[in-house]
Amino acid sequence: MLRLSRLRLTRFRNHAALDLRFGGRAVVLTGPNGAGKTNVLEAISLLGAGRGLRGARGAEMAMDGAPPWAVSGHFEDHAGGFEIGTGSEEGNPDRRAWRLDGEKLRGQAELAERVATVWITPQMDRLFQDSAGGRRRFLDRLVLALEPHHAREVAAYETAMAHRNRLLADARRADPAWLNAVEDAMARHGIAAAASRRALLARLNAALEGGVAGAFPAAQLALQCPANALLDTMPALAAEEALREALRAARPRDAAAGASLSGPHRADLLFTHAARGMPAAQCSTGEQKALLVSTVLAHAALIARARGFAPLLLLDEVPAHLDAARRAALFEALAALPGQAFLTGTDAALFAPLAGGEYFSLDEGEPRPAPLG
Amino acid sequence: MLADPQALMLPLSDALRAAAEAVTPCRICGNLDAADPCRICTNPERDQGLVCVVEGVADLWALERAHAHPGVYHVLGGTLSALSGTGPEELRIAPLLRRAEDDQVREVILALPATVEGASTAHYLQDRLAGAPVTVTRLAQGVPIGGSLDALDDGTLAAALRARR
Repeated sequence: MLRLSRLRLTRFRNHAALDLRFGGRAVVLTGPNGAGKTNVLEAISLLGAGRGLRGARGAEMAMDGAPPWAVSGHFEDHAGGFEIGTGSEEGNPDRRAWRLDGEKLRGQAELAERVATVWITPQMDRLFQDSAGGRRRFLDRLVLALEPHHAREVAAYETAMAHRNRLLADARRADPAWLNAVEDAMARHGIAAAASRRALLARLNAALEGGVAGAFPAAQLALQCPANALLDTMPALAAEEALREALRAARPRDAAAGASLSGPHRADLLFTHAARGMPAAQCSTGEQKALLVSTVLAHAALIARARGFAPLLLLDEVPAHLDAARRAALFEALAALPGQAFLTGTDAALFAPLAGGEYFSLDEGEPRPAPLG
Repeated sequence: MLADPQALMLPLSDALRAAAEAVTPCRICGNLDAADPCRICTNPERDQGLVCVVEGVADLWALERAHAHPGVYHVLGGTLSALSGTGPEELRIAPLLRRAEDDQVREVILALPATVEGASTAHYLQDRLAGAPVTVTRLAQGVPIGGSLDALDDGTLAAALRARR
């Protein structure tokens, strides 16, 4: 099992210097608001590929906004151990640099082969009230963790769509052959992106039906997208042709609207409470949280299967939103997953049913780890 | 250079002036050369039936360095981009369509960049050349020579696998 055994922060957000050693599978960070619990989770999320759980850029993570800053983690796995470090680049402090066992890494691809992290933050509660765009970006982030080329397909689709919108807006430029060409690019990249989203949802649903979330209320996920509907009934090449046709037919409508009104860029991710058959939008806040948790647990299980090691689970203020029965179910589900989990909360008592939890308290002012036992 | 302008700077400026005055776009292919038509278009050794379409002169030079193309070229002068206002009229597309009607031309090779704009331009040209008596082909995408597979990006790797033979 992949396990983070030591985490060191230097001038990272509110932590001037923090050195934490972890022995267990479940680490609980407690402390009052502002103690920097989420900052510790963010630091861990930066040890995998990507911009971490806040999506932050380099310099803003430095204490007082002034680099240098650094995060390093020592990991143990079946092959022994390795050390990942990240922080401001020497000579170019606004940029981030990465090191693996002290050796500078050129890109993040090598990190992705070693470490993965998944997280749930309080900001994600908005997912159910947000526009479809927020849910679509959430889905794309899940797809990306398993299919890195997905980002390129989505970006190429959006570039082609921007060209199409511009052509439709300018009647003098509306050369049908040119429109055919950009719609061809939209169809190829759009169907590729839709197929990746669709494949991930099928695997997530299979994992959820298989009981990956244990006694935890499971979500059932569906993709609301015309391109996905095409893929229900025909092979990908035929779906590309159908999407090309649909775009061609929609030219007058889209020209009048000044935008491409339908396509994979309008896709929405629909959550349903599987046991109750109820759409997430009609569920209570606690139930919505539960659906999010079960989805992320299923995603973690897929990553573990695909990469051969389980991601680190970062759960920020999650138990606080769950009732006692759901908390117990969450702790059970965590115990069943083959990965290490990091949880935060203001109240240590909430974590009492968590078997084998290792507790740290971060106090306001100078953050200092203090095992509670 | 400032220490010895007579020996270094003035000859350089003369050379720049001479180049600026002599180099013109080739009326046939759009290549930049001191001769018009250019020395590639007038070279009797080159296969006039094989026209390779490139985005810019830099791409033409890259293909020439590789000595890989025995035919002649057609420089488009860019790729179609609605966002930057580059349309078919801004590119040398009409001259290409006229060339394709020439009995001598058998094949048009589209050697355009593997970007959304490059692919759209290639698609557009394929569409416009559909009625011409020529075969239209496109460059393959795949594994670079001397490159290892594990260093390759996923998109290229997938394209290489699709284009296997």
